[in-house]
Amino acid sequence: MDRAKDTGPEAPAVERPVRTDAAMPALLAAAWAVFVKDLRIELRTRYALNAMVLFAACTALMVSVGTTFIGLRRTEEALLIQSSLLWAAFLFAAITGLSRGFVQEEEARTMAALRLAAPPAAVYLGKFLLNLALLAVLGAITSLLFIVLVRVQVGSPLAFVALIGAGSLCLAAATTILAAIIARASFKSALFAVLAFPLLVPPLIIAIQGTALSLENAGLGPALGALQFLVAYSVATFVASLMLFRFVWEA
Amino acid sequence: MQRPPPAVELGACPTDVATVLAPSRFRTGSPPRLCYNRVVKLRLTVEGVAARYGARLVFHDVSLEVRGGEALVVSGPNGSGKSTFLRLLAGLQRPDAGVIVYEAPGGACTPRDALPLIGWVAPDLMLYRDLTARENLRFFAAVRGLRCDDQALDLLLEQVGLGGRGNDRLATYSSGMAQRLRYAYALLHRPPVLLLDEPTVTLDERGAGLVDTLIAAQRRAGMVVIATNDPRELRYADLVLRLGG
Repeated sequence: MDRAKDTGPEAPAVERPVRTDAAMPALLAAAWAVFVKDLRIELRTRYALNAMVLFAACTALMVSVGTTFIGLRRTEEALLIQSSLLWAAFLFAAITGLSRGFVQEEEARTMAALRLAAPPAAVYLGKFLLNLALLAVLGAITSLLFIVLVRVQVGSPLAFVALIGAGSLCLAAATTILAAIIARASFKSALFAVLAFPLLVPPLIIAIQGTALSLENAGLGPALGALQFLVAYSVATFVASLMLFRFVWEA
Repeated sequence: MQRPPPAVELGACPTDVATVLAPSRFRTGSPPRLCYNRVVKLRLTVEGVAARYGARLVFHDVSLEVRGGEALVVSGPNGSGKSTFLRLLAGLQRPDAGVIVYEAPGGACTPRDALPLIGWVAPDLMLYRDLTARENLRFFAAVRGLRCDDQALDLLLEQVGLGGRGNDRLATYSSGMAQRLRYAYALLHRPPVLLLDEPTVTLDERGAGLVDTLIAAQRRAGMVVIATNDPRELRYADLVLRLGG
């Protein structure tokens, strides 16, 4: 055998491993890798997105038929009802898809490979980002459907978009950790809903009230209190989830 | 005889260990071979370990010590806890009693903190079916903090016998090809501890030859633990742990 060929030129090697829990940029890079991986799988399979969009579209259509039949006028109560229906559609559509991230890892039995390779915080952050991205798409679609089909008139588009965004942040922060908790349980969907609702009811009430104000009034001012609450709730839930995730992940 | 617990202070996986994991330079040539920069000084200590499933005690009071350069073969009948023992060593499960410690230059750590040290291959290790082999490896390299270019990944795939199939989704892989990819996954970060559960299951003759090569290379670079039912695989052993009587 040709000796030179046997030893061969050294190919570009895998570089020295960097401990991902040692540096924040490495942790963020790992989290981004988890997000990109999940997004790629979601775009190829569309398990979560299809279910969520279908649910939102069906709900908007049914609400549109109902409100047209009633002949809802633009009163303060009517705006509150529209806002409630919008958030109900958004929430239930989100619930159908947000647990997929961890449940799919468990069902496909890829959890062990991920646990051995990825730092827990990176997994949480990656899944959180995916849920946030799904909610952003769902929020945009649900809002558009309600504006077109239910004829919701938005007084302050800026406040409306900010409230949908802050509400999405709340949903993503709370449901990501819950999805990790229920991934190994039986009756996953039912358990997810049961655990999620107590966590989500307080911010939902505020989001509904804030959204009704954004439909009624021009300007950000009237909805500012609701926005502040939603952002604070999101931050608290996110930080608590990040701290607790390692125990859930390694349980 | 009761052995004293290991006199080491447990902590996070020491930085020195990550440094010691200086990765190999992949080399071309046939047959595929793995080269490591240097042997890792390493010791695995298992002390009084027990595992149970519900009320059933799978095994108990397992104590042993494996040093760098050695191969431990875990044998026993079905249900004796071979795979469970490897999962304990990988940190995927906690023992119901006892302690497992990896000692390396710079400190000691439990399996949960020893992820950079461990490569695990098992029939129940699943990778992402909706991604290609290369996407899988790129993902796991990224979350491990490794910087790999496609050329390096292709070379690794070639070494495990998957050359030219890197762009195929795993859903299209046969069970033998999936097993080869598990080796690529486990070797990606050049771990000094290689845990192999049924290492040749679903592999053809050439695949079994590849496993021979890998085990020989791993013994030079670190340690290997093999769980098997196949009596022929006892030939790898420096130490044998027989579970289930």
